[in-house]
Amino acid sequence: MPKGWTRREMLGVVLGAPLLAGCQGQPPAAKCEGEIVGPNYVLGHRVRDGAAVVPPADHWRRASVVIVGGGVAGLSAAWRLERAGFHDYVLLELEKAPGGTSRSGQSARVAFPWGAHYLPAPLKENGPLIELLDEMNVLEGRDADGQPVVAEQFLCRDPQERIFYRGRWYEGLYLHAGASAADLAELQAFNAEIAKWVAWRDGKGRRAFALPVSAGSDDVEVTELDQLSMAQWLDRKAFTSPRLRWLVDYACRDDYGLRAEQTSAWAGLFYFASRVAKPGGEARPLMTWPEGNGRLVRHLYEAVKDRVQLGTAVVELIPRREQDADRVDVVTLSADGAAWGWHAEQVIFAAPQFVAPHVIRPFRSERPKHVAAFEYGSWLVANLTRTSDVPDRGCPVAWDNVLYDSLGLGYVSATFQRGFDYGPAQWTYFFPFCDEHPKAARQKLLTLDWAACAELVLGDLQRAHPAIRTEVDRLDVMRWGHAMIRPRPGFIWGPERRAAQQPYRGIHFANTDLSGIALFEEAFYHGQRAAGEVLAAQGWKTILTPSSFAPHR
Amino acid sequence: MVRTPALYINVLVVAVCGLVYELLAGTLASYVLGDSVTQFSLVIGLYLSAMGVGAWLSGYIDTHPARAFIEVEIAVGLLGGLSAPLLFLSFTKQFWFHPILYAVVFGIGVLVGLELPLLMRILRDHLNFKDLVSRALAIDYIGALVASLLFPLLLVPQLGLIRTSLLFGILNAGIALWGTWALEPLLSRGLTGMRGRAGFVILLLVVGLIKSEYLTSLAEDGLYADPIVFAESSPYQRIVITSSTAGFQLFLNGNLQFSSADEYRYHEALVHPVLSAAVGPRRVLVLGGGDGLALREILRYKSVEHVTLVDLDPAMTGLTKKFPPLANLNGNSFSDPRVTVVNQDAMIWLEASGEPFDAAIVDFPDPNNYALGKLYTTRLYRLLARRLTPNAPVSVQCTSPLFARQSYWCIIRTLEAAGFQVRPYQIAVPSFGVWGFALASRRPVELPSVLPDNLRFLDSATLKAMFVFSVDTGPVPVEINRLDNQSLVHYYESEWKHWN
Ligand SMILES: Cc1cc2nc3c(=O)[nH]c(=O)nc-3n(C[C@H](O)[C@H](O)[C@H](O)COP(=O)(O)OP(=O)(O)OC[C@H]3O[C@@H](n4cnc5c(N)ncnc54)[C@H](O)[C@@H]3O)c2cc1C
Repeated sequence: MPKGWTRREMLGVVLGAPLLAGCQGQPPAAKCEGEIVGPNYVLGHRVRDGAAVVPPADHWRRASVVIVGGGVAGLSAAWRLERAGFHDYVLLELEKAPGGTSRSGQSARVAFPWGAHYLPAPLKENGPLIELLDEMNVLEGRDADGQPVVAEQFLCRDPQERIFYRGRWYEGLYLHAGASAADLAELQAFNAEIAKWVAWRDGKGRRAFALPVSAGSDDVEVTELDQLSMAQWLDRKAFTSPRLRWLVDYACRDDYGLRAEQTSAWAGLFYFASRVAKPGGEARPLMTWPEGNGRLVRHLYEAVKDRVQLGTAVVELIPRREQDADRVDVVTLSADGAAWGWHAEQVIFAAPQFVAPHVIRPFRSERPKHVAAFEYGSWLVANLTRTSDVPDRGCPVAWDNVLYDSLGLGYVSATFQRGFDYGPAQWTYFFPFCDEHPKAARQKLLTLDWAACAELVLGDLQRAHPAIRTEVDRLDVMRWGHAMIRPRPGFIWGPERRAAQQPYRGIHFANTDLSGIALFEEAFYHGQRAAGEVLAAQGWKTILTPSSFAPHR
Repeated sequence: MVRTPALYINVLVVAVCGLVYELLAGTLASYVLGDSVTQFSLVIGLYLSAMGVGAWLSGYIDTHPARAFIEVEIAVGLLGGLSAPLLFLSFTKQFWFHPILYAVVFGIGVLVGLELPLLMRILRDHLNFKDLVSRALAIDYIGALVASLLFPLLLVPQLGLIRTSLLFGILNAGIALWGTWALEPLLSRGLTGMRGRAGFVILLLVVGLIKSEYLTSLAEDGLYADPIVFAESSPYQRIVITSSTAGFQLFLNGNLQFSSADEYRYHEALVHPVLSAAVGPRRVLVLGGGDGLALREILRYKSVEHVTLVDLDPAMTGLTKKFPPLANLNGNSFSDPRVTVVNQDAMIWLEASGEPFDAAIVDFPDPNNYALGKLYTTRLYRLLARRLTPNAPVSVQCTSPLFARQSYWCIIRTLEAAGFQVRPYQIAVPSFGVWGFALASRRPVELPSVLPDNLRFLDSATLKAMFVFSVDTGPVPVEINRLDNQSLVHYYESEWKHWN
């Protein structure tokens, strides 16, 4: 914390003064324990500083393929290689646990997410993802339209969400209570706009918005939406209802960590339209687990873990030519300070783009232009155990619990999804820093110590749970400095994203940020795609090509 | 000049209020703790002796009897006015009820005991001793008569205990406020302070009166038709037992679970169709049923070697120890060595695996919230099926097909969606009305032809008749109840709203 600042002043800067009004003069939680749990900034900074690491000659090994990063993208690439029968690879992950921003934690009672926490049931066109879910025994079959049916215990339990407004909880995310006829008319008109985009097809029969993004249309009618912000789009359509605008703004904050003014209208509409099968139909149901997408990570990791090295940072990638073929030397550093090297034929770079210029040797001297366009938001995530069972006013606890008058996103309850209706509750609280300048936001986040983070969380929750300070007995914090890629206007359909996807001298890129939005489906897709590229380069008859993701009809 | 007749009214009001508080405390004590003779004598004895203490203490007040009188009135208003709400609220905390009851009774008694001697001293200067004593005491006794008539005939039936208490508190504080004018010549200073305090107490009690609806709901006043003889709050629910001439009744969160007078109809219908259909069941599973009454029926079967009963709440399965009449009613079923009790959420317990059961009885409270609604989902029934032998039959209590027709058929269809073949049936239970069940199995179920001897309700003709539904209870189209839609809770809520 900067010298001379009180914690309250610090928070005032972070949250904006009004938010703090509620907790003036309140002591922080009395009996609450907790800590900041990561990510690993020590190794991370060694990578960023471009540390000169030279492994001794006897520390070099050989693998056809090295995968850098064990988030969803890296793990899914490995999973695909494994399923194709290709085992000569190694996956190197900086952290001590796999999963990246989809990782999870475990309390005495229940597992809980540290980041990604749900996945909408895929549409039938997303074959590879359905293949994964079938392997996990999550699907029960197909419905009359051929859409996959998810077993009920993997769906979000009802009530799915509730919203706190003026002293009371209401079921649902749209604030129906007190909505005027005009409000409801606008909601209907908005849904009609979405239905229009759901029905829309281009000349090649592709949907406007599909998952993965690459299966959708690149027709100008769609891509020009990327020039507008979501707020501008709402203005143009003359949507003025505060409740509707709140809903859209919440969606942008929730999915992208941006306000509606900062989000590309393409991304904003994508959120609403990509998960609906038929115009006017319901969005696909949400799959979730107590530990969120940590369950998907666990499954992927179990399948590949024999070839995974955790706690191993890749500090340098050195492309070279050998008998007219690209080769890549991979230099690593482990937590204990040991340096090792790998001679690889191909590398799948499944870490985010911002890491590339620190690690790929030629990029260090000549940073590719496209990298600067990749902006990442900062998020604070807290996991807390609440011991009280006092019933709330209005709708009882739901899976997702949102406060209308807050810049935070509220919390999801792992215990609720687990089916524990009594006893201590496990909540995961999310706060995105929607500042204009990502770097300033990151610095701000990283100056918050544990007590300041706890104050931020409890001060916010206190509005809905007045006694929260005395009810929480543990509160742990994750400060995600580069939490997720920000789909600002112009980025999704700009040239940089496309440039970053091009393989570079034996290095194949795979991370959700290449889609311009951070989603499991996108990370998974890039993992599949990169694995396919590598298998092809290895001369394997690949079972999977990017066209396996059939156009969504 | 102090006006004497007005002061007589004072004596009257003070007398009425005093007795009303005493009656309130006595009624509440017997209402909550049962055994009205003991409770009333205890309360009256304590109250009268406290009044003696008050009268005696008045001797220590040397100067300014008028000031003291007004302060005492304000205090009586506050304590008496809040007495019933306070006692009702502490009633939810069993441990606190006794100490609070006796403290309140004693406190009010002392204050009321101070009132009359002080008033008499104020009046002393205006009357000779003989007239003073005769009039003051006469009015005091008349006040007692007024109160004892008003209380049962008007106050309790019209206002209920909480409002009565608040109203009389206001009256007391009102007297105090009025006294600051009536006795002004005798009050040298501090008038504003006294008026402020009296005004504050009145305001507080008026707010209480306005919010009395809410207070009442908190306090269960008027919720139960009969006196409460046992109450306990567990982390999961509120358990209340009331007693009437017909026997006793058990309520969970205010919902009747059984009445000892006719529960045999319910439990015979719940247990015998399924266990007789099972033909020589050895291992039986009970989900819910923490009162042990279904167990009583199950243990009649000689073939049964083992029963596992899964009920969330240890307070329920331990109730027989705290309330012996229940042990008599369930035939001490929990002491049977064949019975194993598991206190866990049934859904979570079912997720584990274990030796399969030959029959199961599912007896959860009605699905009036999400935590209960989850126990009627396809998910639960599928988990249950995994814990059964392939032929095992199951019976499920399914709420009323008359009062909650969609809810009833929703449970039936949900069982079917989970892969069970279902035979719906219903009976009449006087305390509940028409009540519905399901007999289900993954293989077609034959109705049993033999039933145990000595049943009070079921014989083979009655058994057959149960499976016939009247026109107004027959099937209606419904959604399936799943974890991700909780359709049943929504049906149930709207249907019972209609009847209540
Ligand atoms: C708070 C939060 C909530 C989210 N909620 C959802 C949600 O509900 N649903 C959803 O679908 N998505 C959600 N997401 C998006 C989530 O980011 C993606 O779903 C997905 O996990 C991205 O995976 P990835 O592999 O592309 O990237 P990452 O998760 O960033 O993985 C990159 C991995 O590379 C490792 N790494 C980096 N540098 C190196 C190096 N030099 N050497 C070795 N390893 C390195 C990192 O440690 C990390 O493990 C959320 C994200 C956040 C932050």
